[in-house]
Order: sequence, then C-alpha cells, then structure tokens
Amino acid sequence: MTLTLTLRETPSVPLEAEELRPERLLGRPAAEIERLAVWHGNAEMQVGDFFTVAGSGDGEVRVEGDLRRVKYVGSGMSGGRLTVAGDVGMHAGAGMTGGELVIEGDAGDWAGAAMRGGRLIVRGSAGRQLGGAMPGERAGTRGGEIVVHGDAGAEAGAGLRRGLIAVAGRLGEAAGLRMLAGTIVALGEVGPRAGASMRRGSIVAMTRPALLPTFAYACTYRPPFLALYLRRLRTLGLAVSDRQLEARYARWSGDGLELRRGEILILEDAA
Amino acid sequence: MKLHGAEVDDTFAEAFSMVGSRVIITAASPGWAMESARTMTGFATSVIGCKCEAGIERELDPSETPDGRHGVSVLLFAFDLEGLGKRLVERVGQCVLTCPTTACFNGLESEETVDVGGQLRFFGDGYQASKLLDGVRYWRVPVMEGEFLVQERFGTGEAVAGGNIIMLAPDEVTVLRSAEAAVAAMRAVEGMILPFPGGIARSGSKPGSRYAALMASTNDGMCPTLRAQVDKTHVPEGVGSVMEIVIDGLGEGPVRRAMLVGLKAAARAGATHITAGNYGGELGQYHIGLHELLTQDAETRA
Repeated sequence: MTLTLTLRETPSVPLEAEELRPERLLGRPAAEIERLAVWHGNAEMQVGDFFTVAGSGDGEVRVEGDLRRVKYVGSGMSGGRLTVAGDVGMHAGAGMTGGELVIEGDAGDWAGAAMRGGRLIVRGSAGRQLGGAMPGERAGTRGGEIVVHGDAGAEAGAGLRRGLIAVAGRLGEAAGLRMLAGTIVALGEVGPRAGASMRRGSIVAMTRPALLPTFAYACTYRPPFLALYLRRLRTLGLAVSDRQLEARYARWSGDGLELRRGEILILEDAA
Repeated sequence: MKLHGAEVDDTFAEAFSMVGSRVIITAASPGWAMESARTMTGFATSVIGCKCEAGIERELDPSETPDGRHGVSVLLFAFDLEGLGKRLVERVGQCVLTCPTTACFNGLESEETVDVGGQLRFFGDGYQASKLLDGVRYWRVPVMEGEFLVQERFGTGEAVAGGNIIMLAPDEVTVLRSAEAAVAAMRAVEGMILPFPGGIARSGSKPGSRYAALMASTNDGMCPTLRAQVDKTHVPEGVGSVMEIVIDGLGEGPVRRAMLVGLKAAARAGATHITAGNYGGELGQYHIGLHELLTQDAETRA
C-alpha cells in the first residue's frame, strides 16, 4: 500500500518540506508524520497543518495536491520511492543520495541540485539549475541520474562533477556551465553557450547547437561509451532512436578557456 | 560399464580449484569480435606453461551485450586473484585494445573483482577519460582508430579446472572423430571452456619428468606407441590412438555437465574406450567419477 500525503490547499507563502522523503515517513504512524516539522515562510509548523496523511507505505510515498509552492520535496532522500502527483516547487530532490523521486508534472528551479545518487525523473519540465551547484559551491551533482521528459531551464548541470542528466526537450542556455565531468544528453534543442567553461565531461547533442568559439572540432566518430548511455536512457523511458544509437558524432573539444578536456558530441547531420 | 559400445572405465577426473573471470568482447562485426577473442585466448592451454587457461565460451547476440553489438564471451582462469588480474591486463591490453573496433566488458557479477580497465587506462597517456554509469566505471582510452572502451573492474569467481575425458580407439581417425563429436556437444554447455586447440589435447601429460627442469612430461602410460616399453601401460590391446578433452568451468556444475555430454557424444561417435585422468586423488579438490555421472543421468539410465 502507498502512503499518501495530500496538500489541502496551496500555501500563501512557500512551504519548506524537507521532511517529505521516504526514510522520514515510512514505517511511522500517521499521527507522528503529521507532527513532523515544515517551515511556512518564517514560521515552524507541522506537516499535519497542511497535509492529510492516509495509508501506510512499505517503500513508496505519494504526495498529491498543488505543490508548486512546496520546496525541498525529496531533498536529501536516500532510498525508497517518492512520487509527486503533479508540479512541485524548488529544490525537489536536491542533495538526494539514493532512491527514486518521480515528479509527474513540472519541477521548479534547482531540482536535483547537488545530487549524490539515486534517480530523479521529471515527467514534465524542469526549471533553472537542474542538477546544478548550490550557491557558493564549485561542484554540482556528484552522482545519480536525472531524466527530464520535457524541457530544462538555464544552466542545467552547472558544475556537474559526476552522473547523468538527460533532457528530452529543449535544454536551456549555458547547459553544463563550468562542468567538471559527468554527462549531459540533450535529445532536443540545445540553448546557447552550452559547455561554457567546462573542464571535462560530455555534452551530447542531437541537434546542432550554436557552439562557443572556444570549442575546436576534432573528428566525427562513433563514441563507444555513448551506446551504453543511450541504451540506458531507453530503459529509463526516453525515446532514443536507432539512428541516434548507430550514428557518428562530431567531437568538439573545449572549453579552450579551461582545460579543453571536455567535449560536445553532436549527432552527424543533425539539423 | 558399456555406453553405446564403448567401455567406460570406473575412474574419475581429478580437477583443481582456480579463479576465473568472464570477459565480454564486442566489435563492429562478429568477425572482429571473434578475431580479438581468438587472439586473447591464444597460448592459454595450460596454466603450467601459459600462466593461465582461456577459451571462447560462446558468441553473443547483440541483445546480450552491454553496447548492443555482436560479441564473444571469453573465460580466463588462473591460480589466484593476483595472477588472474595480471593475465587479464596483459591479454586485454595486447589482444583486445589493439583489435579494431572492439570494446571490453566484465561478464561475471561478483563482489570479488580485479582491476583491468583501471590499469589499461594509462595507455591513454593522460588523455584517457572515465565514465560512471549506473555504478559501473568505464575507461575511454583514445587510440588511432577512435576510442577503446573498457570496464574498470572485472568480477572473479571460484572455478574448477582440469575436468577431463580421455577417448581411446583403434586409430587416430576414429578417436579424432569421437573427440570432435564430444567437443561439438560440449560447446553447448555454458560456463565452461575447452582450452586446448579445437578443444582437444593429443598430448596428455603426467606430473614430473626424468629431466629435472620439466614440471610435466608425456603421459607414457597412455601412449599406444609405448605399450611394449613402459612398466605399466593403460592402453588396452587394439587401441592405436588416445586423445583428451580438458574442461575448465566457472564452478563444478558446468564441468560435470560438459563431461557428461562429452562422454555420451564420444561413445556414439566410435570411441572404444573412455576414461579420465587423475593423480590418484591426492592433488585435486574435485573428483568427478565417470560412472557416477552416467548413473545420475536420466537419459543414460533410461
């Protein structure tokens, strides 16, 4: 059975709900869950002040209602499965280390920021700084998988150090900004300034992006690792075509202002 | 005990504990995957002379490989983990990395692993790059042809080496036909390899020699040409040729299954006698009895 928390009404100011993660909820009686702390603006309140708690989960939690003003859902989660039945506010899944967070609608800014592990699936679109670095931090996501079925806002994968970010729709400007390693796969359009100041890592583009002049063309080839990644994305539900799996990719090395050890791989003959 | 006209000795194969690994080689075509696998498993017939034993387990369909290309699975065995790691680095480095279009993956899930890609990455001279996908680290090594992809760590497992059957017949044509039939049947068993050329050894050995420098020498008791010379011959009258099939497996089960199907196929194909090699039971950890295999087999009992 699934443990379900239903938001009764949209909060007037943002609600910070860091306790909404499986390891804090599962195995607890409803009354105890209702007493967990949330921050409503600058006031410390309780989960029960906003949510109705029903059922008892044995590994899965579902959160329902208009959660666009609810922040930090699933942040820091380390296991289990948490599903948000709709849109969710900022910092969803930020810093998570394990488990699976599924957002059936759109995610706000900083979704999956500074992740360490686990999987974040966004069925809709994500805001800015998807899998990005927390302010003041050099490195962003250090592990795990982020899959967005819609678009992603600016600076997705900023400071990415390890892990995989895949976006089916449009990838916003400056994706992979200052990235250190890891992989970003863009199945749709790629915004300008992708890979700006990247040191290492890979950005894979299925459309032709406007490249910064500090990227240099190397060759067109079949990167063997890409087959593994694209097949993995297929199993995660993204529409990867046979052509994308079998095609050659143009390798552009950059950013020349940094180590020039990163790469942007562009599908051959991409539009 | 008679099996399809062949006399099966009441004896056992004496096999040994080793450590093994499974290497998946993929390439742009089945031919190049096989080319690399053949090269990697060359000169790997006996751990005594070659430091490891290796062979091709089977060809893999694209649906069975990590990168969706045609592949070949190779099994490699050594005395211990250290030796296994060294042999893998040598052979993957010299025979897979160098082969056009190949990539190399671990094919044995295990907590005990050895570092292979993590050593071979240094061929990249600083230009290598790693990828971590779903908890598995891979190394991308730039090469003139493009890029060599190799998994960092390879799983290892307890293995059984030295399972065997020995076929005897009046002449070498008949015994070879019998051995070939056995090999063809045994190849269908997963988790094992037959490390000798074409799966067949014509030169079974005994431990030791009259020459101090040699660890092993010809099995004179099984040489038909020496029947009248040696103190004790094991070659029955009328036998003119003897051949052996050695089996290494990832566990005792595959070795036993291979021996059983090999026994039956060899008997059907004309061997007049079938026996097995052992050292009196004092060296190997595994004793696989031929009669035991046959009496436990439902088909044979029927």
